[in-house]
Amino acid sequence: MAKLTLGPIAYHWSAETRRDFYARIADEAPLDEVYLGEVVCSKRAPFHEPDLPDTIERLERGGKKVILSSLAEVMLKRERKATEELVALESHEIEINNAAGLLARDKRPHRIGPFMNAYNEAAITWMAGRGARHVCLPTEMPAQSIRVAAQAARELGLGVEVQVFGRASLAVSARCYHARAHGRTKDNCQFVCELDAEGMPLSTVDGKPVLRVNGIQTQSESYVCLLAETGRLVADGVSHLRLMPQATDMVAVAQVFRAVLDGAMPGQEAGASLRDLCGAAPFSNGFYHGTAGHEFVAEVR
Amino acid sequence: MSPGELICPAGTPAALRTAVDAGADAVYCGFQNATNARNFPGLNFTPDELAGAVAHAHSKASKVLLALNTYPPAGKVDLWRAAADTGARLGVDAFIVADMGVADYIARTYPDIRIHLSVQAAASSPEAIRYYCENFGVKRVVLPRILTIPEIRSIRKEIPCEIETFIFGNHGLMVEGRCSLTNYLTGQSTNMDGVCSPASDVEFVRHDDGTMSSRLAGFAIDCFGCGEKAGYPTICKGRYTVPHRSDAYYAFEEPVSLNLARLLPELIDAGVHAFKIEGRQRSKSYVRSVVSAFRAAVDDIRAGRPANITDLVALTEGQKQTQGAFATKKWR
Repeated sequence: MAKLTLGPIAYHWSAETRRDFYARIADEAPLDEVYLGEVVCSKRAPFHEPDLPDTIERLERGGKKVILSSLAEVMLKRERKATEELVALESHEIEINNAAGLLARDKRPHRIGPFMNAYNEAAITWMAGRGARHVCLPTEMPAQSIRVAAQAARELGLGVEVQVFGRASLAVSARCYHARAHGRTKDNCQFVCELDAEGMPLSTVDGKPVLRVNGIQTQSESYVCLLAETGRLVADGVSHLRLMPQATDMVAVAQVFRAVLDGAMPGQEAGASLRDLCGAAPFSNGFYHGTAGHEFVAEVR
Repeated sequence: MSPGELICPAGTPAALRTAVDAGADAVYCGFQNATNARNFPGLNFTPDELAGAVAHAHSKASKVLLALNTYPPAGKVDLWRAAADTGARLGVDAFIVADMGVADYIARTYPDIRIHLSVQAAASSPEAIRYYCENFGVKRVVLPRILTIPEIRSIRKEIPCEIETFIFGNHGLMVEGRCSLTNYLTGQSTNMDGVCSPASDVEFVRHDDGTMSSRLAGFAIDCFGCGEKAGYPTICKGRYTVPHRSDAYYAFEEPVSLNLARLLPELIDAGVHAFKIEGRQRSKSYVRSVVSAFRAAVDDIRAGRPANITDLVALTEGQKQTQGAFATKKWR
């Protein structure tokens, strides 16, 4: 049975928002696993790290397995230190998002995060030989590559995860574009990214929304939505389906995906429910179908 | 002292000969397929052309570095292995790689050929670089363009391999090897297909009011007034609007190019082993003038003579220049 997971929060939500969010997730969401930790910007971590032990306990009491995710970008001393501390952990599973974490974790079990570029069976085989037990594939991978990668990973005994919901991470940078948009730099950003619960919308000069700026990260305007594709993903060997937290009712989103996985809700009804939950955000599945990522291809049956 | 090797772009056999003759210590190039990050129409080498290129470069004591620096999607790894096999057979001096599967194959199959870690691997810390050195015997890391010189100096002390940095050319904004912007708009992937803002998807549209917009796969990336020169629609160099600003602005970076000419002495002093000139898509004449100017400057600096930096600064005349992250943390 495929597992449903919740990825780490990509945005700079306040400590209070996060506490409320995870309390509901713990108590109500039909999720198997939850990833916690700051993945995007090391400056944000001090705001919510103090709550981490309580959040972990709450989620575990709610029957969720907790995995701690590492930073995607590791350059500064504090980022190196944060990564070093995380990979030293034995109390929880960890997900590594930067090669900096692989060195110290070598040969001890870990998960490979979506920023690690596990694009193919050769890379996955290498990673498995160094202690990887689970791999989250890059969001831009098309279906036929997912199938080959998933089968290779399963033969090696690895879990295989694919993002099926939420804005896609399209790029990371050393520069903070949130700060830049407000005439600041990363060092004096004053945490202006907290203004935008789902990133700052960027539109083209002729008014078409296209991207979202989330600090150093650039995301898609559209929500990746592989609801109609869940059956094929599972049949192709994907063991874990990842929902990325958005500022919408994520408990309800998880319920829709759960119902589809359980065969308890017809696809059309599920699609309509999910559509209602996500406001104006366009859906996309182009990466999966091998076309432009922003496109939405209706599943041919 | 750092040898200050000049690593020069060779998009075509003609550009390769030009770079070698202008004093390149090494040239880098790729095959005509998705195995390299500049998989553009009209660029790159057939195996026969590469054989000739290696012979010419070696006759001038110049090295050939083969870029196999994209990420094979699952099911297509054989194409990258075959490219490595061909490169090895033709006698290239090093492979530039990013993917761990490709690195592992080369390290096991061709242990005597050097592996350089591509900027596409985005190794920006001593720990990440050491991981690749210890596991694949990487001899040189091409550093991402996100570090200041003091940071590079400090990394140098903590890693067992040579450092190569970009000094001139296009200034990528996103962490290399982690950017799917092009795939999001066009359906072609930078990581898997070696494509960035592909020319096949570009159009320039003239409007009735005399303005012109540049488009990529139908998305307006920038708009230019009558007096402005229309730039190429690279997604991270475009103008966008946001709710709190009245005008469109360069959300990521202005269309500037990297020129570290003035920082060259400092970079040599920091222990940077090799300097990479970007531009496999550039013309022969561009390659000749840039490589010759940097050759003279590096030789002067290493001999303790004052270098003629003015010539280097003038190379990007008409285009805005930046020292990017190298000069100050404020760039970030």
